[in-house]
Amino acid sequence: MTGSTASSWPTPTEVHFDTSAAPIRAAYEHPCLVRVTHWLTAISLFVLVGSGLQIVHAFPSFGPKIPQENFFDPPQAIRIGGWLGGALMWHFTFMWIFMGAGAAYLAHQAISGRYRMVLFTLKDVPGVWPMVKHYFFFKPRPPVTEPYNPLQKLAYTSTVLFGVMSVVTGLALFNTVQFSWLSRAIGGYSLVRVWHFLAMCGFLAFIPGHLIMVALHGWTNFVSMLVGWKRDPEYHAD
Amino acid sequence: MASPSGKSSYRRVTRRELLKLAPVAALGAFAVPALQPTLLNRGLAFTDWAAAGWFSTSRPAPTFPDSEVTPLDRFPLNSYADDDPGVDLEAWTLQVDGLVARPGRYTLQQIHALPKIRESTRHICVEGWDVIGSFGGARLKDVLMLVGADATARFLAFECADDYYESLDMATALHPQSLACYEMYDAPLTREHGAPLRLRLPTKIGYKSAKYVTRLTVTNILQRRGYWEDMGYDWFYGL
Repeated sequence: MTGSTASSWPTPTEVHFDTSAAPIRAAYEHPCLVRVTHWLTAISLFVLVGSGLQIVHAFPSFGPKIPQENFFDPPQAIRIGGWLGGALMWHFTFMWIFMGAGAAYLAHQAISGRYRMVLFTLKDVPGVWPMVKHYFFFKPRPPVTEPYNPLQKLAYTSTVLFGVMSVVTGLALFNTVQFSWLSRAIGGYSLVRVWHFLAMCGFLAFIPGHLIMVALHGWTNFVSMLVGWKRDPEYHAD
Repeated sequence: MASPSGKSSYRRVTRRELLKLAPVAALGAFAVPALQPTLLNRGLAFTDWAAAGWFSTSRPAPTFPDSEVTPLDRFPLNSYADDDPGVDLEAWTLQVDGLVARPGRYTLQQIHALPKIRESTRHICVEGWDVIGSFGGARLKDVLMLVGADATARFLAFECADDYYESLDMATALHPQSLACYEMYDAPLTREHGAPLRLRLPTKIGYKSAKYVTRLTVTNILQRRGYWEDMGYDWFYGL
């Protein structure tokens, strides 16, 4: 932990657990708050997307009611709530859990300084394409210099933006009179619903890649989001 | 963070860390069918509390020029039971009771005599569509003054000729754009739009703007909340 002080981000702590058998090498990757808010976000996102699609089902269009041209009518299998009123209950309940978890996570990132590990900045731009070539075109892996590679930073920073976008557009949709300035600022009420939908599409674009990467990186990677500790990490603390 | 010492085994440390995810496990309560209605109603009540908190009687709903108004033939009709409950327009009166100084039956002429407001505002349906309509009528606030309503009362309850019913918080009723509406598109309300009197609440979701209103009760206790609300829809639903 005291070694690479040159880095501006906190490095994962690595310890050797003494057990009766062989020592265990492990690194503490995810603080409790990050883990709790990760899973709260995952669950509330699942509920918000499902209930949101049930809400879309009530009027699957972004145009006028008369004449109505359906854009996308989600099938029942991916809807939550059973009917419009039920879906609104789930949506209006879990939006608070989603916002609360998001606010707690962002506050924790800001105060702890951990945001420096994952926040995508201009200096990460050149590193994105080599990572894309590695993941999608099986080119050699660029040298790892930071806990999170530029593509990861881009993905995680994007989800935060999608989260902020869904909250802001959701507020403009739900309370369009009280926040009429907000509705106007994002293109008028007729576009607010579109933006809210697109924010969801952003999350849906992130999730498959995220799950594939978790699967590729193995069980210990998944476990570390549950217990914080990652066994036998491929990196070394110093 | 776990403090790794020689004694703490990996298993014990990680188990303790896993237990810290209890707040996540608590969400499992939402999967219990017996608890679901209670929890979701709590969520809805919290949403109403927040929305009522930032609702302001002095914040107007956007109004639109006539050129942006949706033509009347493209103004959707979402009657709950019947496009025409057969109101006798000649004999119609508004029955007013509850916490009012002058209860009784009020005629349409008495409401016509109040200052007339004409405004084009957005009507937003809970289904997700919206239209900009042109509405004319008296301020609900002026109707409340006409009947001598106790403005410190909490609610207004409405009954309708088609057995629809609604209720409203006093703050919204006092909003200057909340109308006892008797005209749409500069013509008397047609039967399918709620003749002779309907609510027009530009700061509320569409289903709060009840049609065919026949009774107004000013009260502190709601016997029932509204046709859709009693089925599970949101009660306050301020826009």
